[in-house]
Amino acid sequence: MAKNDIARYFKNIKDAVATIFEGMTVTCSHFVRKPYTIQYPDRVPVRIQDTLPFRYRGILEVDLEICTGCLACERACPIDCIVIDAPKDQKTKEMLLTRFDIDIAKCMYCGLCSEVCPTGSIHHTTEFEGADFSLESMIRRFVKAPVVAYKAKKEGETDPVVAPILERGMRYIQEFAEPADMKKLKAEQKSAAA
Amino acid sequence: MQPFIDRLIANGAFAGMPVEVVYALMMILFGVLVVFGFFLPIAGVTSWLERRVWARIQSRIGPNRVGPQGFLQWLADGIKLLLKEDIVPDAADRPLFLFAPYFVVWGIVATFVVIPFSSSLIIADMNVGILYLTAVTALVVVGVLMAGWASNNKWSLIGGIRSAAQIISYEIPASLALLPIVLLSGTLSTQGIIAAQGWAPWHWFAFHNPFTFIAAFMFYVAALAEGNRTPFDIPEAESELVAGFCTEYSGFRYLLFFMAEWGNLYVIGAVATLLFFGGWQVPAWTSNTVLLNISQFGVFFLKSYFWVFISMWVRATLPRVRVDQLMILCWKYLVPIGFMNLIGTAIWMVVWPQGNRVVQYGLVILTVAVLVQFSRRVRFHLRRARPELYYSPAI
Ligand code: SF4
Ligand code: SF4
Repeated sequence: MAKNDIARYFKNIKDAVATIFEGMTVTCSHFVRKPYTIQYPDRVPVRIQDTLPFRYRGILEVDLEICTGCLACERACPIDCIVIDAPKDQKTKEMLLTRFDIDIAKCMYCGLCSEVCPTGSIHHTTEFEGADFSLESMIRRFVKAPVVAYKAKKEGETDPVVAPILERGMRYIQEFAEPADMKKLKAEQKSAAA
Repeated sequence: MQPFIDRLIANGAFAGMPVEVVYALMMILFGVLVVFGFFLPIAGVTSWLERRVWARIQSRIGPNRVGPQGFLQWLADGIKLLLKEDIVPDAADRPLFLFAPYFVVWGIVATFVVIPFSSSLIIADMNVGILYLTAVTALVVVGVLMAGWASNNKWSLIGGIRSAAQIISYEIPASLALLPIVLLSGTLSTQGIIAAQGWAPWHWFAFHNPFTFIAAFMFYVAALAEGNRTPFDIPEAESELVAGFCTEYSGFRYLLFFMAEWGNLYVIGAVATLLFFGGWQVPAWTSNTVLLNISQFGVFFLKSYFWVFISMWVRATLPRVRVDQLMILCWKYLVPIGFMNLIGTAIWMVVWPQGNRVVQYGLVILTVAVLVQFSRRVRFHLRRARPELYYSPAI
């Protein structure tokens, strides 16, 4: 017992010296490693926004050109930060978008709205610098003047202006709302049902 | 400095003034000079360098915006703290609370009386220098305990008590570590101890015999603990006590505590250097006294700062010890080893009164071997991790 204690005493000393030595070598090797710090915002080679992935959930944006006015996003939002007014035009019987507001101050970037959007009109951007001086100014109002809601065409989009936007929207939906494993899951469910 | 002033008096520089007044004036002058010309900048620059060193170890950059490489960060921080409101809690013991930080700074600054800068630059070469040094640093305990008690805050009180327990405990191993040196040099005067060593490593007391070799490291550990430095910073353990004894402080008084801490780092380095690592000793390369003194100052400063650097590095490496571990380390390990060193050195002096050359060379070679092994391990870690390398200290 006593002998063990003495042995442990010297082992403790040896361990202390050896482990401190080893620890110091590890930290010493860090002196010549390159720091990882990104010196946001002014000393960066490219804007941080440009380095973020396509699926990054930043501040929301709406492409009114392809918004169908289906209100799916408004219903999906758990905290009601999207407000859409889409009355029917009495004369032309077309749906008009007269108001499309997103309150960025309330938004929690959950992504539910962009998951349900059929055209990828409402989508997250890589922009994240949203700070402002009043809550009022945090509300993004996308409708400047009433626009006619988008209607999907059977033969596919041909308008040279709208086509690329729609293409981007569909790509966004594919990448954002339906990740690869979700597709696999759906396929599995289908095969299970069959 | 006294011989210098005596010479001035003899030359009639202060004709008509009583000698005591001249001494008093000179004391104040040198005090102000050392505090504002050396202590403050050193404490400030150390605070900046420390943050940079940790940053590099943690793969960060650290302060780099104020001045070149952030060098003036310490000035910015100092000015910021000076301009902040100095809050005194309602329930605090007002006079004690206000006075406590001065005690802490006092205890550190007063050590500069006996810490030499070169062979003729020293404020007072007291014949009880080392004793004075250990005695005056004990003032820090008073200040810390006062701060902890007067804050009327449980965190502060626990921090203060812990600090008192720690500093008083570690005074013993620290003193035991410097006693072998007193034996060897036969004097308590700091200049005398340095004069007993030589410029070459094998003339340093650290390499005089195996016991002093151990004592050197023991002293460093004990001094770090006395200075409340990580891994012994339990009095201000952030994760347990918010900020320990300085929880309630703000503004200028808070600044004083940290100035004392960083100034103390240099004091630790300087005392270790003068006791164990040859002090300001340089080879007699010139007969010009001024040049010689400048080189001595440089050598002493570099050696001292080397230890400051090591303490930053240690702080970034080792985790904080627990209170019980701290006490175990002191009473079960350092104190017995300290006695062993003391007795061992005494026996050594009886056996080899002139010192043993072979052992001295051997210890120096051993140190070099340890350093070589160290660099091999560092290279091993670099090889294994394959990091992106970046050698320049500036970013
Ligand atoms: S991201 Fe979430 S919280 Fe924000 S608008 Fe969309 S659904 Fe609402
Ligand atoms: S943004 Fe998308 S989900 Fe929302 S109304 Fe328009 S089309 Fe529907």
